[in-house]
Amino acid sequence: MREAYLIPETLEEATALLARYQGRARVVGGGTDYFVDEAHNGAPVLIDVTRLRGLREIREEHGYVFIGCGVTHAQIAASALLQQSGTALVEACGQIGGPQVRNVATLAGNIAHALPAADGTLALLALGGEIQVAWHAEGELRAEWWPLARAFKGPGQSAVDSTRQIIAAMRFKPTGAGEASAFARVMRPQGVALPIMGVAARLKFDAEGRIEAAAIATGPAGPVPFRAVQTEAFLIGRMLDEATLDEAAQVLLGEVHVRTSPHRATAAYRRAVLPVLLRRALTQCATRAQRTLAIHER
Amino acid sequence: MARLTLTINGEVRSAEVAPGAFLAEVLRETFGLTGTKIGCNEAECGICTVLVDGVPVNSCIYPALKANGAHVQTVEGLAQNGQLHPLQQAFIEHGAVQCGFCTPGLLMTAKALLDQNPNPSEDDIKHALKDTYCRCTGYVSVISAIRDAAARLRGEPPIPPALPHTREPLRFVGRPLPRPDAVAKVTGAAKYTDDYVFPNMLHGATLRAGIPHARIKRIDTSKAKALPGVVAVLTHEDVPGSKNHGLVYEDWPVLCYDKVRYVGDAVAIVAAETREIAEQAIKLIEVEYEPLPVVDDPVAALAPDAPKVHEQGNLLKHIHVEKGDIEQGFAEADVIVEGEYQTATTEHAFLEPECSIGRVTEDGRIEVYVGSQIPYADRRQVAKSLGVPEEQVRIVGTLIGGGFGGKEDIAGQIHAALLAKVTGRPVKMLYRRSESLIFHPKRHAVKFKVKVGAKRDGTLTAMRIELWGDTGAYASLGDKVMTRAATHASGPYEVPHVKIDCYAVYTNNVPAGAFRGFGVTQSAFAIESAIDELAHRLGISPIEIRRKNALRIGSVTNTGAVIRESVGLLECIERVEQALKAEGTPWVFRKPEQPNKVYAWGFAAAYKNTGLGGGAPDRSEVEVEAFEDGTAEVRTSAAEIGQGLVGVLASIAAEELGVPYENVRVLLSDTDRTPDGGPTTASRQTFVTGNAARLASVKLRERLAAVAAEMLDVPVEALRFEDGYVRYNGKAVRLAEVVRQAHAEGISTRLSHLYEAPKTQPLGTGGDMHFAFSYAAQAALVEVDLETGEVNCLKVISATDVGRAINPLALQGQIEGGIVMCLGNALTEEFIQEKGVPYTNRFARYKMPSIRHTPQITSFIVEDPTAEGPYGAKGVGEISSIPTTPAITNAIFAATGVRVRKLPVDQDALLRAMRVP
Repeated sequence: MREAYLIPETLEEATALLARYQGRARVVGGGTDYFVDEAHNGAPVLIDVTRLRGLREIREEHGYVFIGCGVTHAQIAASALLQQSGTALVEACGQIGGPQVRNVATLAGNIAHALPAADGTLALLALGGEIQVAWHAEGELRAEWWPLARAFKGPGQSAVDSTRQIIAAMRFKPTGAGEASAFARVMRPQGVALPIMGVAARLKFDAEGRIEAAAIATGPAGPVPFRAVQTEAFLIGRMLDEATLDEAAQVLLGEVHVRTSPHRATAAYRRAVLPVLLRRALTQCATRAQRTLAIHER
Repeated sequence: MARLTLTINGEVRSAEVAPGAFLAEVLRETFGLTGTKIGCNEAECGICTVLVDGVPVNSCIYPALKANGAHVQTVEGLAQNGQLHPLQQAFIEHGAVQCGFCTPGLLMTAKALLDQNPNPSEDDIKHALKDTYCRCTGYVSVISAIRDAAARLRGEPPIPPALPHTREPLRFVGRPLPRPDAVAKVTGAAKYTDDYVFPNMLHGATLRAGIPHARIKRIDTSKAKALPGVVAVLTHEDVPGSKNHGLVYEDWPVLCYDKVRYVGDAVAIVAAETREIAEQAIKLIEVEYEPLPVVDDPVAALAPDAPKVHEQGNLLKHIHVEKGDIEQGFAEADVIVEGEYQTATTEHAFLEPECSIGRVTEDGRIEVYVGSQIPYADRRQVAKSLGVPEEQVRIVGTLIGGGFGGKEDIAGQIHAALLAKVTGRPVKMLYRRSESLIFHPKRHAVKFKVKVGAKRDGTLTAMRIELWGDTGAYASLGDKVMTRAATHASGPYEVPHVKIDCYAVYTNNVPAGAFRGFGVTQSAFAIESAIDELAHRLGISPIEIRRKNALRIGSVTNTGAVIRESVGLLECIERVEQALKAEGTPWVFRKPEQPNKVYAWGFAAAYKNTGLGGGAPDRSEVEVEAFEDGTAEVRTSAAEIGQGLVGVLASIAAEELGVPYENVRVLLSDTDRTPDGGPTTASRQTFVTGNAARLASVKLRERLAAVAAEMLDVPVEALRFEDGYVRYNGKAVRLAEVVRQAHAEGISTRLSHLYEAPKTQPLGTGGDMHFAFSYAAQAALVEVDLETGEVNCLKVISATDVGRAINPLALQGQIEGGIVMCLGNALTEEFIQEKGVPYTNRFARYKMPSIRHTPQITSFIVEDPTAEGPYGAKGVGEISSIPTTPAITNAIFAATGVRVRKLPVDQDALLRAMRVP
């Protein structure tokens, strides 16, 4: 039986509440995953963190794009700032659920759910995202920034203890001139409503059109969202031509471990579409990066 | 409890609510705003959508306290000062309201869209309504209604619905009249079973087996009974009458006594002060099981050593169809194709979960409020298990939020009645979606072996077909469904030599029973695929081969019936062929801007019986009454499940009595007040109950004419009944006055007519197994992504022979809805079970078509009348939902060279098959 549903107004208040309930309370965002999963829906007290002051918006801050924990997928999908500086996130969050879910579901909640193929998570990972973890200790608010990858322990298992800690915000460095991000995925129309495979990429090109920096995230390719570091390394210094795309796909296939998951996809299918998604994401990055240069020159 | 204060539709409301309560519950139960419906409790179906501070949310999982201080808009607030919102008006006029259960959600989602975007494109609409499901309409009318409403809101002229061309209408018959129940459905006033609340009402819950096959060793209810708030806990020992129920075979335990045979079997029931307590009590019931081996495949279940689901063995029925000499037929063939096909178990996914309310009246009778497709069968089964005469039971039909065949069997009717009888208090038994999914009968998964022979010119010579249908743990309508699957398995073609063997087999899966198409949807996939393969092998066009073999006047069906009339199949084929020519695209093509995609058309034809057939008496009784205020009422127990029966009956009565359509009320499904219209199944209501309504109205008119003739002092033959008057040359008298005069003379203006449809013959005896068939042809355009295997259906061209369009608007909705449902059957829908355990135990694991799947549909109506049908009409409920699947899979073959042999189409398997050189 639920004893309380609390909606604090500040982060300080929220962390203090968690501390006060000593494990009997847990954090909830939009609740679109949480309330559906009856097995995990047992916390006596819920602390809703979608109304915290200063954490309901997307803004530029200290050279980062900052996304508060109350920000919904709908806000992200409609954000002009993100469209320009983190397109992959806009694409990923715009595809999740329908409007009713996007209007309440938060990116912080998506990360807290720790699924290895969560769209928003993959996009933020490729963007080089960080999360701010906040808690209450010795009577005061503590907070620190973690690299996003540190948030995941296993499928559905978060390193952030939601009975003690709050993912207060997310941030990443905006894409600049010659740089862009993209997200591509395949869904299955039957069975369970989860993506079969997703790829997010962030590429930076130098003046000659060579890849200067690359970040690629994919999933499900293991227990946690996967950063394709070998593929990233392979891409550095290369032009994004047909040969590079083909070879990059081979590198990616060499470094991921995809599985057959019942009622979702076979490993063979995942291996067949992974190169397609990589190609779609990378060529999108190139097209968009080109556009940033064109805008720049003008 | 916590204090919640919010503004609902402009009015400040406040209440103490439980901290765990969701907004939908609070709106419905605390504030009595039952216009907001709950379909799934998991933010999947979107029908619970309300606007919180202008933003659409799924209220079923939106914490109520989160809405504290917010402005909430619900469907009840759409109409202002008695004036419908343009969206509501457009939904009515476009036929975007059928069963009406999803309508509030669609309206509110659309409202939010139009608030933001006054001129949405079709893509914008599809984007905004992506997760607001509708199972009836197929969304075509929803899209056009929203565009129309947007135009009205912009102050532009309305965009009327595009209606199919149909024959010259009569006064009411043949006109696109709005549904009589539409206003109630768009305003949220319409009441479905869960919207009823009785004083002192208890809430029920059911303990389900949870395992597919086991012997019951012990049931201990003591802990559950001891829980405060629990009023009754019942097991099989408490069933006073028949321990089993069943529509045809009484093999389904009311509460299991010796064994459980599938996961959804009911073992015990509880009535408690609240639903939460009832659900908690269920968990306290201890049942000791001895697990038994599970059989989950119909072919395996026929093996001699297979685990027995029922003592008498696993074969429910062997159905045999034979015509001519199959050996001779194959000897005459120049080419023979053989193939195996398999269809999936599918789920009706009506958006209203099952709900029954049992209640004991002051005089000790039992009432059951329920949205049922067969009220009189409910009455019989409830009475029998309660051990009381049928007259002691009254079934009161409420509105029904979709059925599609899934509300024919008993759900909670007996349980609710039993609990009410034991406790003496009203008891509501509402299923959650998760319970509905694992409990109720599904569409049969069928395995096929098909062998077809033909001459070089495409003339069919022989068909040998074997079918194994998985009927699950209980018979339900399994033998009827599989009989229909078997007799329709050779398609709408004249084949000289046919041999069909079909086995309806028990397994430990969820039972299978009636589902729109009734076995023919499955057969059509197999045979239309085989015909397509044959055409390909012979180098004949898929259209030509069907035209050559199509049933026509004088054809003899595989059961030996001679087709004598009303066979519009050739015309259907030609209409679609002409429309394809007008499209101007090749059969297979590419688009330069989509290098990774290929486009192709596929074609299929179908037929479907109207009525029960097979020798079963097919009757309906309708009562018609004329009142002194000039109105009339039509009464029968027949289900309005969204298909538009109320409108059909009202227009028929209006036509025959010459009263305005608005002056005819239709009262359905109250066994105390309405005679038996028979089951709402087999596309039979328009024909059978339509005829009963017509003939009852004619009889009443004749009775009134005799009175009017005296009043006007004119010959009775020359009277005209029109516009609420009885007229003769310049003389006229109001019908209301005629009714008053009749009453003054002691003449009753209420009468009934029992209509009996033409006699049919049992299978195997030759002659007419059915009194009418509907026909259809469809072409589907698909887009296949060669890189991912993803398939989209972009267009469907359809032609349907319905005999006569009684209401073109409702008819169009039936056809579009059927097409999209059948598209789901092809591309998205599969109820997945693993060794008898449903993996599909929530909506997130059952994908039905969303608005994003809606193709562009061009629909032609062919009206080849059947002499006995009302105004020539025959069944329309199922026919459109039969050919779409094979049209799509045949298009996939044309696009990729891969023959789909198993449903639903799996992009994973398709891509891998395409990659095989």
